[in-house]
Amino acid sequence: MNILVALPIAIPVAAAAAALLVHLRLRLQRILSVGAVAGATAAAALLLVHVERSGTAVVSVGGWEPPVGIVLVADLFSALLLLVAMITVLAVLVFALGQLERAVEERYFHPLYLVLTVGVSASFLTGDLFNLFVAFEVMLIASYVLLTLTGRSEQVRPAMTYVVVSLLSSTLFITGIALVYAATGTVNMADLGQRLADVPGALRAGLAALFLVVFGIKAAIFPLFFWLPDSYPTAPAAVTAVFAGLLTKIGVYAIIRTQTVVFGSSDGGADTLILFLAGATMLVGVLGAIAQDDVKRILSFHIVSQIGYMVFGLGLFSVAGLAATTVFIIHHMPVKTSLFLVGGIVEKVTGTGALTRLGGMVHRIPMTAGLFMVPALSLAGLPPFSGFYGKLGLVQAGIQQQRFLVVAVSLLVSVLTLFSMAKIWTGVFWGDVDQPEVAAAPAKPGRTVPRLMTTATVGLVGVTVVIALAAEPLFQLSRRAAADLIQPGGYIEAVLGAAR
Amino acid sequence: MTLVLAGTVAVLYAVGTYLLLQRTLTRIVIGLALLGHGANLLLLLAGGPPGEPPLVGEATSGVVSDPLPQAMALTAIVITFGVLAFLLALAYRSWAVSRNDEVEDDVEDRRVAAGKRASVHDEEVGQ
Repeated sequence: MNILVALPIAIPVAAAAAALLVHLRLRLQRILSVGAVAGATAAAALLLVHVERSGTAVVSVGGWEPPVGIVLVADLFSALLLLVAMITVLAVLVFALGQLERAVEERYFHPLYLVLTVGVSASFLTGDLFNLFVAFEVMLIASYVLLTLTGRSEQVRPAMTYVVVSLLSSTLFITGIALVYAATGTVNMADLGQRLADVPGALRAGLAALFLVVFGIKAAIFPLFFWLPDSYPTAPAAVTAVFAGLLTKIGVYAIIRTQTVVFGSSDGGADTLILFLAGATMLVGVLGAIAQDDVKRILSFHIVSQIGYMVFGLGLFSVAGLAATTVFIIHHMPVKTSLFLVGGIVEKVTGTGALTRLGGMVHRIPMTAGLFMVPALSLAGLPPFSGFYGKLGLVQAGIQQQRFLVVAVSLLVSVLTLFSMAKIWTGVFWGDVDQPEVAAAPAKPGRTVPRLMTTATVGLVGVTVVIALAAEPLFQLSRRAAADLIQPGGYIEAVLGAAR
Repeated sequence: MTLVLAGTVAVLYAVGTYLLLQRTLTRIVIGLALLGHGANLLLLLAGGPPGEPPLVGEATSGVVSDPLPQAMALTAIVITFGVLAFLLALAYRSWAVSRNDEVEDDVEDRRVAAGKRASVHDEEVGQ
């Protein structure tokens, strides 16, 4: 059964190669990529069931045993996130089929998208620090090209910032790996979890801080978020949506994985520092969002703000906090992505995302308005929707540990998020339909919404509703996943035990 | 020998950081390349003291160098090379589009600044 661990990586890799071979035949490429991503999603679902029943699954790639060889590891935490990520990837792919212009799609969109998928699943599944670096690079290189697919001037400059910042973070990542290897002689995460205990405390804290910076850049936490709102909105909506839903979350996943399994929770005020960063990230992100007046830019700043909540749960270093973070990440991936998809539909219909130039969409595309409502209220954390449960868990865990300041900040940020969602709602969906600017919009964008775009968005919004309905079992799973993270003994035993 | 290498790493990082802080795109790219070299060299250094090539059955003295950092450095070199090539292509594209090698001010900064001026202007007109 352990072959399942490798499938979410192997299927898209093979399909990416095949899609390159048939790059002249768009139809075949489409079938290949949808099939491969659906296959990877199915494999991820089976993997979750398998891990839930029989514990952490480990594969030693190429038969090289850990800690020397590379291992792929799926514990409950990574399997849960992997499944949600794959569902999101699938929905965005379907959306992209409806949205992208043919010329853009023909320009190697499918192989690139599949490579991105490989990077995403490899990041979740790897049990090796250096292999995590490789997975990040696979994902980032695909994202660089996807970001600049059309090569227009308004894309090139922000993409430049993105590439330079990512490359700098990758260099720091290599530096961190080299230092860790010099200190311990291993890069296997489970092995590191044991050996770092013998390293002097100050050195360990320094290494932990270095990795916090490396992944903090990728996750866009305060004060390293500046590149995100600049570069994300320029890509086609489908590309922005998948970036928004996944890439930063993988940074958060890497932070959580390294700060728990590798460096251990423990000592020396790291938790206070992380909580401070979390509060600042939430606040700065939401204030930035309020200042914007373009749908994609508002949503991009909200990514930053929401990352703060995830880091908040980590900063508590408790089972309750990490469980809430897990639930929050699971809710956030589809919610954020579907918001961007709705933004993409609005842009497709009107040719703009500027609030001042939009209005009355509730009359023209009522269904899309409804599709916006659900994830928007989820994002703000209103009760029947999915965001509520994650936030409730975080607040409860925060109060339990008497971290009242950060709890207060998180509640304030929720209100501001609601305000900012209401701003989009009034700007885009309410008001007069016959504003002259809308009528004068360029003739190029289609007036009707392609069915694939709506289908994908409906599906993804449906996923967020399911998450809200299944909150209780999800919380139980997350609590188990969090317990494994706080007490990584089981993870370490599963990985190193595989050698025997 | 190790000290010389460590000094080289330090110089590469310093020069790379300095170049990264310049406004010209080509210098930034070169700075990133130097930083990458520094990191790769550091990775090699992490493998401990040098020894004979780590080939099974070839080592005579029993002191072989650690092959793992070498493998990792090779991988990192390939990745850095690929990304830098892409970055160069992007820099060329940027130059072709704007005929300018300077990194401009932040778009958003300029927009906010311009917005401020515009609103002040509106108020003046209103009066």
